[in-house]
Amino acid sequence: METINTTLLIIGGGPAGYVAGIRAGQLGIPAIVVEGAQPGGTCLNIGCIPSKALIHAADEYAKTVGYAAQTSPLGITVDAPRIDLERTVAWKDGIVKRLTGGVGALLKKQGVRVVRGWARVLDGKTVEVVAPQGGDAPTVRIRCEHLLLASGSQAVELPFMPFGGPVISSTEALALTSVPERLVVVGAGYIGLELGTAFRKLGSQVTVVEAAGRILPAYDADLVKPVASSLERLGVEMRLATSVLGMEGGRVKVRDASGVEAYLDADRVLVAVGRKPATTGWGLEHLMLDMAGRAVKIDEQCRTSMRNVWAIGDLTGEPMLAHRAMAQGEMVAEIIAGQRRFFQPAAIPAVCYTDPEIVVAGMSPGEAAAAGIDAISASFPFSANGRAMTIESTDGFVRVVARKDNHVILGWQAVGVGVAELAAGFTQSIELGAQLEDVARTIHAHPTLGEAVQEAALRALGHALHI
Amino acid sequence: MGIHVIKMPDLGEGIAEVEVVAWHVQPGDTVREDQVLADVMTDKATVEIPSPVAGTITSLGGAIGQALAVGAELIRLEVAGSGNISAEKARREPVQSGAATAPAEEVAEPQLEAVAAMEAPARAEPQAPAKPAPTRPAPAPSARSTNAAPLRADGEKPLAPPAVRQRAWDLGVELQFVPGSGPAGRITHADLDAHVAGRRGGAANGGADERYAEQHGEHATQIIGLRRKIAEKMQEAKRNIPHFTYVEEVDVTELEALRTQLNARYGAESGKLTLLPLLMRAVVLALRSYPMMSARYDDEANLLTTFDAAHIGIAAQTESGLMVPVVRHAESRDPWSSAAEIARLAEAARSGKATRDELTGSTITITSLGALGGIVTTPVINRPEVAIVGVNRIVDRPVIRDGAMVARKMMNLSSSFDHRVIDGMVAAQFVQSIRGYLEFPATLFVE
Repeated sequence: METINTTLLIIGGGPAGYVAGIRAGQLGIPAIVVEGAQPGGTCLNIGCIPSKALIHAADEYAKTVGYAAQTSPLGITVDAPRIDLERTVAWKDGIVKRLTGGVGALLKKQGVRVVRGWARVLDGKTVEVVAPQGGDAPTVRIRCEHLLLASGSQAVELPFMPFGGPVISSTEALALTSVPERLVVVGAGYIGLELGTAFRKLGSQVTVVEAAGRILPAYDADLVKPVASSLERLGVEMRLATSVLGMEGGRVKVRDASGVEAYLDADRVLVAVGRKPATTGWGLEHLMLDMAGRAVKIDEQCRTSMRNVWAIGDLTGEPMLAHRAMAQGEMVAEIIAGQRRFFQPAAIPAVCYTDPEIVVAGMSPGEAAAAGIDAISASFPFSANGRAMTIESTDGFVRVVARKDNHVILGWQAVGVGVAELAAGFTQSIELGAQLEDVARTIHAHPTLGEAVQEAALRALGHALHI
Repeated sequence: MGIHVIKMPDLGEGIAEVEVVAWHVQPGDTVREDQVLADVMTDKATVEIPSPVAGTITSLGGAIGQALAVGAELIRLEVAGSGNISAEKARREPVQSGAATAPAEEVAEPQLEAVAAMEAPARAEPQAPAKPAPTRPAPAPSARSTNAAPLRADGEKPLAPPAVRQRAWDLGVELQFVPGSGPAGRITHADLDAHVAGRRGGAANGGADERYAEQHGEHATQIIGLRRKIAEKMQEAKRNIPHFTYVEEVDVTELEALRTQLNARYGAESGKLTLLPLLMRAVVLALRSYPMMSARYDDEANLLTTFDAAHIGIAAQTESGLMVPVVRHAESRDPWSSAAEIARLAEAARSGKATRDELTGSTITITSLGALGGIVTTPVINRPEVAIVGVNRIVDRPVIRDGAMVARKMMNLSSSFDHRVIDGMVAAQFVQSIRGYLEFPATLFVE
């Protein structure tokens, strides 16, 4: 068996692993990335990127449907719009291919070797790589000084409703070549709502079943309200406080809070009840690492309980976000290169591509109160923002949370069309330790949605101009 | 109404700090004269503090368990009449606890002598941070000095932009100790520079003399690898074994004379002997009478295993730390063979090539610091063994022989024993036996 020696061995070529690889290459650390599928991980192949492509296509199509129905005040009419989902998916696949190819090229440019195949950890310094199914490449053994675990996460399966047949995860939902007539979505978290909304816009009858009493339980009620009204407007049927019991005769059996059972017709059932760290099937158990629940336990430097074994990304638990994973990967490579680094971000933003979008960075008013901080908060509605009116989207607001004593900004939340792009400014202001006055005294371009950011800060100071 | 401040009384005997162990009153309580307010404790006694006046408690000087300096404010009462401090002073002199959590400007007020005594040497700058931080920036020469913000409250994260954070990591600076001069206490690059300059220059005492500059460096080292192993083994040994250490002096004049002879006669062909192989021989011979010294004690299983063999561990200093290579079956080796084996093992240990087998399995250990041997050491037993023999330096000393003072080469042996299984008498006899062999070196070879 061929044995390769390297300094840094990275298991998983997702955002965590490939960024660690690139940074290691930049710093001159010999590194190998092991990846069984395409580089780019969940994010590029079956997550963030393909879902956003599908959401964009659905939005565009929904607009034309609106024009055809002559409900648009813009005076645009079209005749009988149609969508060929097969071509949409092909377009999406093209984007994915370009991006994953780009990752491969970036790694190559930095001299990082990508070994294709599935890793199996033998011990903290040795990994065997078996060629992907169908490949006839021989098994290789890789020995390393540092082992970086970045195996990612996978969709949680319901034991009484396993994936297969009509029951699909987000992965299959993003590869459908025809629009299902009736789609049941299990779970009203961000994945279920993003995809449920997109399929509704593409023409499916969509029913969302959620065991909790409200959608998007991770966000506060004010933020979620515009999304809930939009779902209602779009005609997405919501069944809250309702449990899924399983499949029966091709239908989804559910039971609501009062105990009434019902059957929902479905061509496809999208189960989106969360993701879990991918901890099985690759020999992780041989390391006997300390765990934190289902995730690998790490410290502020992404060290595991075993020396020179590191873990980053979704494998280390919530928040399972690509940008967190990338920052961790970059940091670990720098630590291995001898730099002194810690993972101590002031805030990790999170974006939810529902219609309208939600973005949060830092603390909400509730979180600040729970932390015992005397905080003030203020929001500015898009109904008072000129740019929002010109894009026919005045739902939503921007909200700021700051310390009462010194006005240091603790957090931002926003909901509205296109607000995801505000994440950059939000997080930057928190990282830089900005005070409300800093944002209030920064000239924001007119006409943009960003004016609402400045106005929220002004309002918190008690002198908003446009409300 | 006036304010009456009761200070921590001087309890005598040069005690500078007194611990509060109980409060008998709370703020808002009304107290009579002579009512007991608090119990305080020195390392000698617990003392009750009575109230010299009647009044209402307005504040306490510290928490239970806190040590207060003699003369620090213990309690503050509102009393009828004018009290014992002026209104002006009462306003400026805050309740002062040893933890010094009061706002910055007030801490360094000159009238708080007691606090000044507890903290760093007197400071000229009134804006010095309130928290007794291990490091402190030099007073900034610029206009910023009027703006120096207090350090953060306990548990509060330092506020610094990412670029400053990264530079702090690179410099090895803990930002929580860096006062921020920016808005809301934000730490700027300039603050970091001032902190680092303060650390390096330490002009806090006003002198520009580098030789007497204050040093504020702190260098954390992760205890890992061999060092961690050593630390764990030492800790285990000291935690588990009640050490009994016995020191005896040995006259090695004859031994040294013999060694010189042997080396002169056989050194060229058989190699030079140091004292160590001869001592090993003495230990081997002594073990014949005291076999319980060549042992391993499994204290969890309550099992003491003694060995007919003498696998002698030799404590050796290597670059990465202490290692104990093992001379196996020392009982089967003559001094030259032992010497060769010691040399081989020491070299293997130092170059990191010693195998696991060569580093484990000893049944008794000898430790020698050579020329640095000192006069007495307290060797730590190489657990699970039960005995360790330490060699001290050989020195020429005047001793009395046959009523006359003569110069003799004297050497101490400092040996430790596991007192759970080795009684003091036996330990002493064992060392005396070794001494006998060393003082009459012919017995090392004649049996």
